[in-house]
Amino acid sequence: MSVLAVLDLPWPFERDYMQLALWAGLIVGACAPLIGVFLVQKRMSLMGDGIGHMAFAGVAAGLLLEIWPLWSALVVAVLGALAIEWLRTRGRATGDLALALFFYGGIALGVVLVSRTGGGSVNVLPYLFGSILTVTPADVWVVAALGLVIVLAMALFGRALFAIVIDEESARVGGIPVDATNALLSVLTAVTVVAAMRVVGVLLIAALMVLPVASGRLIARSFRTTVALSVVLGLVSVVAGLVAARQWDLAPGGSIVLTAAVIFALVSLVAGRPQAPQHPAHPHGIPQQTGRTDG
Amino acid sequence: MTFSYGAERAVDHVSFAIGAGEFAALVGPNGSGKSTLLRLLLGLLRPDAGTVRCLGSDPRHLPERGRVGYVPQRHALAPDLPATVEEVVSTGRLARRGWWRRARAADRAAVDHALDSVALAHLRRRPVRELSGGQQQRVLIAKAFASEPELLVLDEPIAGVDVESQQLFRDSLVHLVREHAAAVLLVSHELGAVADDLDRIIVMKRRIVFDGPPADLTATGVSLGVHRDDLPLWLEGLG
Repeated sequence: MSVLAVLDLPWPFERDYMQLALWAGLIVGACAPLIGVFLVQKRMSLMGDGIGHMAFAGVAAGLLLEIWPLWSALVVAVLGALAIEWLRTRGRATGDLALALFFYGGIALGVVLVSRTGGGSVNVLPYLFGSILTVTPADVWVVAALGLVIVLAMALFGRALFAIVIDEESARVGGIPVDATNALLSVLTAVTVVAAMRVVGVLLIAALMVLPVASGRLIARSFRTTVALSVVLGLVSVVAGLVAARQWDLAPGGSIVLTAAVIFALVSLVAGRPQAPQHPAHPHGIPQQTGRTDG
Repeated sequence: MTFSYGAERAVDHVSFAIGAGEFAALVGPNGSGKSTLLRLLLGLLRPDAGTVRCLGSDPRHLPERGRVGYVPQRHALAPDLPATVEEVVSTGRLARRGWWRRARAADRAAVDHALDSVALAHLRRRPVRELSGGQQQRVLIAKAFASEPELLVLDEPIAGVDVESQQLFRDSLVHLVREHAAAVLLVSHELGAVADDLDRIIVMKRRIVFDGPPADLTATGVSLGVHRDDLPLWLEGLG
């Protein structure tokens, strides 16, 4: 028995597989909003979706090449994230177009690769929709290692990322390596996607990055509390989602995301404060990096 | 220096220098190259011809970034930013202490001083999204002040700002110039609030068409108040 599943926890976490699910879920529930808080503020909420589809192609490649799909997904997701950032910053494609290219390209590549594998689509279903109840101790250790990378990176680069979301140009003048930091955020998004793949699946990953943050922003009055609240709500979503899944025999990935959505609805009702107007320049997808200004 | 966007010349053989303790304004109609010139000065663009020296160095490779402060146009601040005044102003300090370092006592003192200088200390814990436009602009100014800059560059900082904030803005800049001997370059259509304090006005229409003390410009019958609409008209006679 793994050291990860020996605690004497009450229902519904008394079983080994539920404890493994709990650890994997808590790590992802904490890390996804840590990245998401910057993605949401940069109007890049759908970035996780785009990279998730690339990760799906990576999973399919792993199955085809008979290597652990988590590693192949990590490689493909990181490369895809860097490519999206490159397209965005070089102005080769508008932000949403760059995302769409990889969004559809990734899923198409995944489908083609899956068709070449012996197991067919059955093998990829756990990655598409998540299978947190079947995670192994090895999966949990990988998720923990990826989570540690995310937390350490945020501790080192969080201040720089915050300065960039306030104003990218001022940050550049202030000597912050804006391009490298943005690229790092893309890579960390890819790492989060891969870490969350077994928890909620590539189709729902972006929700765990965005929904807790959307709720936290409604009630927090500072960036620090926004981050803290988003993490707490991410953790609550995971625990409540797992409890609901066990109680009513539901798909745990969907339960977790639905819990996060319900929390957002409740917080919206309680907060009762209208949202400030959004940036008119880039209401959808990823904003284009600024180019020429007037004057 | 010269700079073009493709075939379109934006800055045409421009040459000038600003010294320590000098308060200068850069004015010109829309499309005259002001913002492009600012971006060249700050090292955000590279000139096609000529050189830019900022505090003795190439601005793209400044050894001490904190010596240059930049106040962008107010719309740079996202209207739904979930951050307090103090959090935003503190990021201005990153250029001075290094973006990877934690804040120390000296950094907190500099942020306190910056907030005091724009009269926002009492609102330090308030979310910036709850502030008026004028107050948000003062937050951006305090953010630039926090790095204790020797050169402060401001891009249209008082457009649409209320009168009280304009006066506080003026006091802040004068304090920086007179007490700290900083150089200030202000791009604005509205010079009324600072007209009496300017040492120099530079009028630009892709090239410099006037560079001298305000009195020389006003002697031609030009008012230094609000010129958002008629600026191109009164600039017609220059250059």
